[in-house]
Amino acid sequence: MAFSTNTKTALRCFHCGDTCINTKIIVAEKNFCCEGCKMVYEILNQTGMCSYYDLNNTPGAAQKHTFRPDKFSFLDDAAIAQSIISFKDEHQIHVTFYLPQMHCSSCLWLIENLHKLEPAVVSSHVNFERKEAAIIFNYQYCSLRKVAELLTRIGYEPCISYSDMGKQKPRINGSKIYRLGVAGFCFANIMLLSFPEYLGIDSKEKSLMMLFRYVNVLLSLPVFFYSAGEFYKSAWQAIKQKFVNIDAPIVLAIWVTFFRSLYEIFTSTGGGYLDSMSGIVFFMLAGRVLQEKKKKKLSFERDYTSYFPVAVTKVNESDLTTVALPDIQLGDTLKIYDQELIPADAILTRGNALIDYSFVTGESVPVTKEMGEIIYAGGKQLGGTIELLVIKEVAQGYLTSLWNKDAFKDDPINDRSFVHAISYWFTWAVFIIAFLAGLYWYFANSAIMWNAVTAVLIVACPCALLLSNTFTNASVLRIFSNNKFYLKNASVIEKLAAADTLVFDKTGTLTTRAYQTVVYEGKPLTSAIKQKIGTLASQSSHPLSSAIENWAGVLPGNPVIAFEQIPGSGIEGMVEDDLITLGSSLFVRGKNDINMNIGAAVYVAVEGVYLGYFKLKNQYRASIPDMLKRLTARFKLLVISGDNDNERSYLRQLLGPSADLYFNQQPADKLTVIEAIQKMGSKTVMLGDGLNDAGALKQAHVGIAITDDTNNFTPASDAILDASKLALLEQFIQLAKANKVIVVTAFIISIIYNLIGLSFAVQGLLSPMIAAILMPISSISILLISFGFTNLIAKRLSL
Amino acid sequence: MSAIIILLITSISVAALFLVAFIWSVKSGQYDDEISPPMRMLLDDTTNKSSHT
Repeated sequence: MAFSTNTKTALRCFHCGDTCINTKIIVAEKNFCCEGCKMVYEILNQTGMCSYYDLNNTPGAAQKHTFRPDKFSFLDDAAIAQSIISFKDEHQIHVTFYLPQMHCSSCLWLIENLHKLEPAVVSSHVNFERKEAAIIFNYQYCSLRKVAELLTRIGYEPCISYSDMGKQKPRINGSKIYRLGVAGFCFANIMLLSFPEYLGIDSKEKSLMMLFRYVNVLLSLPVFFYSAGEFYKSAWQAIKQKFVNIDAPIVLAIWVTFFRSLYEIFTSTGGGYLDSMSGIVFFMLAGRVLQEKKKKKLSFERDYTSYFPVAVTKVNESDLTTVALPDIQLGDTLKIYDQELIPADAILTRGNALIDYSFVTGESVPVTKEMGEIIYAGGKQLGGTIELLVIKEVAQGYLTSLWNKDAFKDDPINDRSFVHAISYWFTWAVFIIAFLAGLYWYFANSAIMWNAVTAVLIVACPCALLLSNTFTNASVLRIFSNNKFYLKNASVIEKLAAADTLVFDKTGTLTTRAYQTVVYEGKPLTSAIKQKIGTLASQSSHPLSSAIENWAGVLPGNPVIAFEQIPGSGIEGMVEDDLITLGSSLFVRGKNDINMNIGAAVYVAVEGVYLGYFKLKNQYRASIPDMLKRLTARFKLLVISGDNDNERSYLRQLLGPSADLYFNQQPADKLTVIEAIQKMGSKTVMLGDGLNDAGALKQAHVGIAITDDTNNFTPASDAILDASKLALLEQFIQLAKANKVIVVTAFIISIIYNLIGLSFAVQGLLSPMIAAILMPISSISILLISFGFTNLIAKRLSL
Repeated sequence: MSAIIILLITSISVAALFLVAFIWSVKSGQYDDEISPPMRMLLDDTTNKSSHT
């Protein structure tokens, strides 16, 4: 096989492709980076499932974290299990697990062949877009816990969060697509049956013509009563709120067209306009469906419950039990293991707490907590096991209270698009024209008065506006998502276009979370010592260690012996006969550093002799400084950071004197700052990444969550932007602004068609033939204009 | 003329058949996941033929 030769040169793990630091983990001439990866291989090898490795090279995910054997013991609790499974009968349980590690066809193959590993599994079906596996198993032979553990053993740990409890999975509402299908079917058939009449059917075949007309009436019923229901619903909802949206005049036009057609057909005075009516319903529904199409794997509505586990371990007087999150009470003692999230605000009572608040603050450097200190919910424990005394219930924690603020109720009036305003005036203009035409014909020739009035109402329906709006929106959304910028819905485009103030979070948004800049200060290091330090650092998964490892490089092989990690303090080990110590000042030098203002620092000593320290800074994302400089000319800029003001002078130089910089901001402060600038009438866009930005993201007109990986959890927001594309922000806003221009242009062009139609209509000359030609031409030219212009502008902006 | 009526009935019922097929395909979730089916058909011996839920 190709990769067995590769392993000789680079020594990569056969399972996950990581570099093997320890070269001694070998099975069947294959190298593995860790015991975890080796174990997955052994399980698969025993059951003859090694085609997993044939489909893709190194398909696995690194298994360096070992799993606590009773991690899934909470699934043995009947009540908790019941809240997660979707169906249960006498034999089988149906359950859907979210498996974030799934990424390639090997994963798909392995998970769909789960029954080979565990005969009790009846079937497993993968939904790749959602990264979910729907598993059916026989619970007389296997428990839910065992299924979860099996998945974990083969490297796909199910992610079971608090929000999975007792909630049915939201099914995609297909009703619009059904309506579209029905409208398309009826439209095509009605058009086909209308052709003979347009082309001049022989008067001898009158009975045939009548037959076609009656069949058309039958075919139009589903369109009128079912497909168009979408518009009735939305118009009625708006009217109930004392607001006339664009759907109201459209409903009026549909009704007028339908009843006038019925009248013509049953009085044998004409063929009606049923093809136009069903055609326009079809096109408008198509626009709406396209506009609402979005990535299924993205969620814009995550709240704290998606981050929290389902259950935690509770310490009783004599034993340990599992307790579901809502059942945690004040005064409970919880046991939190390595890599677990703290679910409620609590006081540390036992153990060494090293809390990673990157979920909450975006700050990747873990914080050490002393006994008796308060640990806020949302932090993740790294290292050993700790015990906590709960001081607030889950629903009342600091983090959760941020979420439950009332200010976040959506304001429906702000959500109203400019198209409603245009359609409002347009409708009035049409009414006036219809009235005047009616008045004229009442005196000139009252026989065709109703004919003229209804024709005006039919031709002048603002459906062209709706079409241009939905299709342009769909096209802009598609271009955005090609650039990894995903919007919650189309109304965000317009809000983005209105923005005049941009607010940035610093850590994790302007800067990366990882790959920190490392600056060494102290006695000079030889390159040999430097590499030894890097080798020692590579033994730890602490983010500061990985930064030093990247900076210093690693010695080949794995010459570390007597490695020891003291959580919250540092690491120590022998690297080629040198004892190296890395860690906090207290750990390395035996005293705290007087100069506390240097931010994150790691101290180093060799053979007990202190050499110096590494200063670590978050690095600004590539091309961000350039982008900020360009933006200063067009927008008011703010930076709101939870960090100290070390970077103030650099940011000031970057953003110019007009920008506002805020440091040391608590999550609630961020929200207050946004509120204050909104009160001054600014339209704000907030860009942030952590839960600490969640309040500000919701408060801002547009909240954009920045993420390094769109599969990760992101706080609730209006849009999700991949961090690598953050530099395109200016172009995104420009395209959003162009969106409105394109909609209006397409609308004006369609008005020209309407005017031609109207000029026939007011004379009472609108033949079904002309209506039938005008309608599709105007619809199709709108589609071409909106798609063509958006793509042209996007190309110019190099999106 | 009767030929046209027969053709009319035939054409509409064929079209209706496709409409039903379309609605069924949406209902059965064929559009829920557009990534895995193309992968699945390239995998050998995927013996997992049980019903999709």
